[in-house]
Amino acid sequence: MGSIWEYANPVKFSQTVSRFLAPVAIVAGACLVIGLIWGFFFTPDDFRQGSTVKIIYLHVPSALMAINAWFMMLITSLIWLVRRHHVSALAAKAAAPIGMVMTVIALLTGAIWGQPMWGTWWAWDPRLTSFLILFLFYLGYIALWEAIDDPDTAADLTSVLCIVGSVFAVLSRYAVNFWNQGLHQGASFARVEAVTGADTTEKVSNVFFYPLLMCIAGFVLLFVALVLLRTRTEIHKRRTRALLARERLA
Amino acid sequence: MRALLLRDLKLAFRAGGGFGLGIAFFLIVVILVPFSVGPESGLLTKIAPGILWLGALLACLLSLDRILALDWEDGTLDLVATSPLPLEAVVSVKALAHWLTTGVPLVVAAPLFGVLLNLPPQGYIWLVTSLALGTPALSVIGTFGAALTVGIKRGGLLLSLLILPLYVPTLIFGAELARRGAEGQAVTTPLLMLAGITFGVIALLPFASAAVLRVNLR
Amino acid sequence: MTLRVKDVSVARGGVTVLEGLSFEVTPGKGLILKGPNGVGKTTLLRTVAGLQPPFKGTVEAPEESIAYAAHSDGLKAMLTVEENLRFWAEVFGKSDISAAIEGFDLVELQGRLAGSLSAGQKRRLGLARLLVTGRPIWILDEPTVSLDTASVALFAKAVERHLASGGSALLATHIDLGLSVDVLDVGPFRATAREGAIAGYDEAFL
Repeated sequence: MGSIWEYANPVKFSQTVSRFLAPVAIVAGACLVIGLIWGFFFTPDDFRQGSTVKIIYLHVPSALMAINAWFMMLITSLIWLVRRHHVSALAAKAAAPIGMVMTVIALLTGAIWGQPMWGTWWAWDPRLTSFLILFLFYLGYIALWEAIDDPDTAADLTSVLCIVGSVFAVLSRYAVNFWNQGLHQGASFARVEAVTGADTTEKVSNVFFYPLLMCIAGFVLLFVALVLLRTRTEIHKRRTRALLARERLA
Repeated sequence: MRALLLRDLKLAFRAGGGFGLGIAFFLIVVILVPFSVGPESGLLTKIAPGILWLGALLACLLSLDRILALDWEDGTLDLVATSPLPLEAVVSVKALAHWLTTGVPLVVAAPLFGVLLNLPPQGYIWLVTSLALGTPALSVIGTFGAALTVGIKRGGLLLSLLILPLYVPTLIFGAELARRGAEGQAVTTPLLMLAGITFGVIALLPFASAAVLRVNLR
Repeated sequence: MTLRVKDVSVARGGVTVLEGLSFEVTPGKGLILKGPNGVGKTTLLRTVAGLQPPFKGTVEAPEESIAYAAHSDGLKAMLTVEENLRFWAEVFGKSDISAAIEGFDLVELQGRLAGSLSAGQKRRLGLARLLVTGRPIWILDEPTVSLDTASVALFAKAVERHLASGGSALLATHIDLGLSVDVLDVGPFRATAREGAIAGYDEAFL
């Protein structure tokens, strides 16, 4: 067993990805198919929410991955700044659009669920608002990558933005909690808390819990597969660039 | 450092627009609000603190891209980077100069514009306090954004996209402080939070700004 | 106060442009870099000035010893000649700017706004900045652009005085200044694709 940093070599990374991508993708697909079918067709309706509760099989995993993707970008950004491994920076770049899509899925499923439950597509609930802000952070991060030509400069600047952004994202979360408290404390929102996010897992009974776990595993593996694929694509893009540069010099 | 600050202030005065433009923009926003929401004074009273904060924030945003772009274009930043001044000090002074030329005039003008929006009498002191405490944070965060985008042609729009999410906590606590002050509620929590954010970013963010500026000068 | 450049390679935009450069500039000496456009002289000078790290090799210079003058002079159009110089003097912790003003024949222009100067006059002001820094090692990138013959002579004299007083200078220039200094042609150090040791920061991807 070599050091984990061996995989920071782009060529080695690409080879390893080629070996693992298919199995990971297949397991991810299997988890999602089983989890979603199980969840949608083989669980009873909730006694209060009816069949609408079943959207948690999409909503909760995507919300989870929206946050975890940013967390992964934060870690890979730090690795890039400290150890200067290109693969790390490219992995952060690769994860951003996936994280953004996850955020959008979480927001959309939340809205679709919210409509029948509390009679409105959108409410400035702290959790919803935080996800909207997270979406803006993803947008800015991706835009900065796109705006800079030199890949190493872009990697440096986006890494710092990711770190500073993380601090401000946490600040925003607290600020939004505080702000919303001051505005409305409607009873309907207590239920939003109960059905969205982490504490869901404790509230829902085991019947819902196991398929949900399956879906979460599916989303995690799907995320891993997509990040590996996109990172490999980015590596190939850089390789093409390097080869073209060499050709010009020759 | 003193020389840099004095030079920046002198330039802001001579080039014109440094002081005037932000205020004029702020005034226009405040004038347009009643046209869009209606002249009913009760409603205006209710939304006045929020509108004034939003107007000040947008007026601040307007001049952010000039903080470093001008010095970048004429090569001053290259030369300053090879001078004895540490870049952390340079970005701090730049933020201070921006606050003095943009933030302070907004703080001074805000109570006058408060009259237009029917701000209740007890609200003025808290409006001024919240802006005086919050606008330095806007300038410092804005300088970080300017340092990030300084090498990008037509980076103005990108700058706004990057900076506005970072302004969320400051805006929330600043506007909340002004609102609670206007409605005569307890103000301690938002006051402390706003002060915490401002002093926190003043202490820490210049390091990030200097780091990205160094990358951009490479 | 010696500037030592050892086996330096420099990269621009992820591509190595010059490699294997070594030279020394000792006090009282000057060195002129020559080479075709785009060969990487500016990148090399920026590297020596410390604005970017060398891709390989080392640049050794005493702390706070380098004064750098780039293509653009860092002048503010809305400040007078005197204010521009005084600003840079203060940044470098000096107060006397009279030598710089006289050395580059700016006495009559002192009160003029820098924005109203001609290109050559601006360049003279930009070069006068070097004198107010009080730093021993000058790094100059195409210093004579837009200068007329008289001004070039003025500049050459300023460099001579600087060298005579124990300073040193590293210049990239195409015209003959009439200085008795060494000349280094960087053309032969142009990076090539041989040995695969090339594509700069993108090397890992080959």
